[in-house]
Amino acid sequence: MNYNWNWGIFWDQTPDATGTYFGSLMSGLQVTILLALCAWFIAFVMGSLIGIMRTLPARWAVFVGNAYIEMFRNIPLLVQLFIWFFVIPELLPGDLGIWIKQLRNGPFIAAMLGLGFYMSSRVAAQITAGINALPKGQRMAGTAIGLTTWQTYRYILLPLAYRIIFPPLTSEFLNTIKNTAPALTIGVLELTARARSMQEFSFQVFEAFSAAAAIYLVLSAVVTIVMRMIEKRLAIPGFSGGK
Amino acid sequence: MFSNFDYDVIWRSLPYLFQQGMVFTLTLTAIATVFGLILGTLIAMMRLSSSAVLSGFAVSYVNLMRSLPLVLVIFLFYFLMPYVGQWIIRADQPVQVGAYASTIVTFTLFEAAYFSEIMRAGIQSVPRGQVMAGYAIGLNYREVMRHVVLPQAFRNMLPVIFTQTIVLFQDTSLVYVLSITDFLGAASKVAQRDGRLTEMYLFAALVYFVICFTASFFVKRLQKRISIIR
Repeated sequence: MNYNWNWGIFWDQTPDATGTYFGSLMSGLQVTILLALCAWFIAFVMGSLIGIMRTLPARWAVFVGNAYIEMFRNIPLLVQLFIWFFVIPELLPGDLGIWIKQLRNGPFIAAMLGLGFYMSSRVAAQITAGINALPKGQRMAGTAIGLTTWQTYRYILLPLAYRIIFPPLTSEFLNTIKNTAPALTIGVLELTARARSMQEFSFQVFEAFSAAAAIYLVLSAVVTIVMRMIEKRLAIPGFSGGK
Repeated sequence: MFSNFDYDVIWRSLPYLFQQGMVFTLTLTAIATVFGLILGTLIAMMRLSSSAVLSGFAVSYVNLMRSLPLVLVIFLFYFLMPYVGQWIIRADQPVQVGAYASTIVTFTLFEAAYFSEIMRAGIQSVPRGQVMAGYAIGLNYREVMRHVVLPQAFRNMLPVIFTQTIVLFQDTSLVYVLSITDFLGAASKVAQRDGRLTEMYLFAALVYFVICFTASFFVKRLQKRISIIR
């Protein structure tokens, strides 16, 4: 292989003279983390709502929940990002659409909404599974001691269900981090986009992409370790994960 | 809001969208599923083997692939493959691989990691007694795998394999980053050319939805049938 290795490239200045390539990758990492956290917030809130709806006694709630999941799960993430970024502003009434298109953070907001709602359908499926995994007696006991449906969920079902699904939720959060990468197509300068522009300007293909890959690996390792620690702290003796 | 919706642009571009775009999307999905499944099964067998070297390699391969975003892997392989090709055939210059060939290799290798996890679960779902019975009647490892374990593993995992194929079908849209004309790529090219982003992207979403929804409906039915038989 006659490839010119140059691992010192990370300390060279970028052509736009805003800092080193290393700094550029780090700012990409920041965007990746911020985007993942914002999207995860939407995914968690919407996912919980929809997931709970699918376990309610009301038929219509189950139907709405199922329709929501099918809609966001059966369209590729990239298409959903394009719809949030290109299509939704067009469909909004005149001034609002124009205002959105002129937002400086437009791509980030579109990516946050797109990724958030896309992941929310997966989170919802997990929440439903978690609630349904609880013994039926739990819900009945709640009703028997006179709790309302809301109280049964708040004090009995949800605290147990969230603990059961903590491990799968962790991997959904890791998926959220990985799924920030397609956001580069609508112009979000996240980690992969930074690696790509570093490759374009410096021609150091391997250095750029292996550095990005290493950062993703470290990031997912850190998240996994932190989540394990939280999981241990939350565990209730006698239930899954507890002793 | 849909008053100036131009249905004609969709109608006009249908042949291009399906004959070029969808054909590539389906080809890529099919090739990556078949070869990914074969490679994934081999990796699963390596992972479950008694050799520490083989299982260590399989574990690191699977974990590496599963920790990286597919978009990054698509870029990495696209730029890496010319050099690897040069090294394999000892050429003087980096080999011209091209975006199409490179994505096919990328998806096969990437999905193999996911299929290997499915096949590992499938192999482990076959009771240990069956393997021992196979050895007891004098079969060797290859024969036990070929005639006893793998047929049942595939059968048990069939719904999961199909679900993963649907995910893979959706993921192929990411080849957009290499400007390949897959279904989304074709829709996007027409959208940019005619300035009809709204129509084309909504239409693309509808097509993906119909295909994936129908496919997952059949997977659910298959799952019910299989679970009754067992």
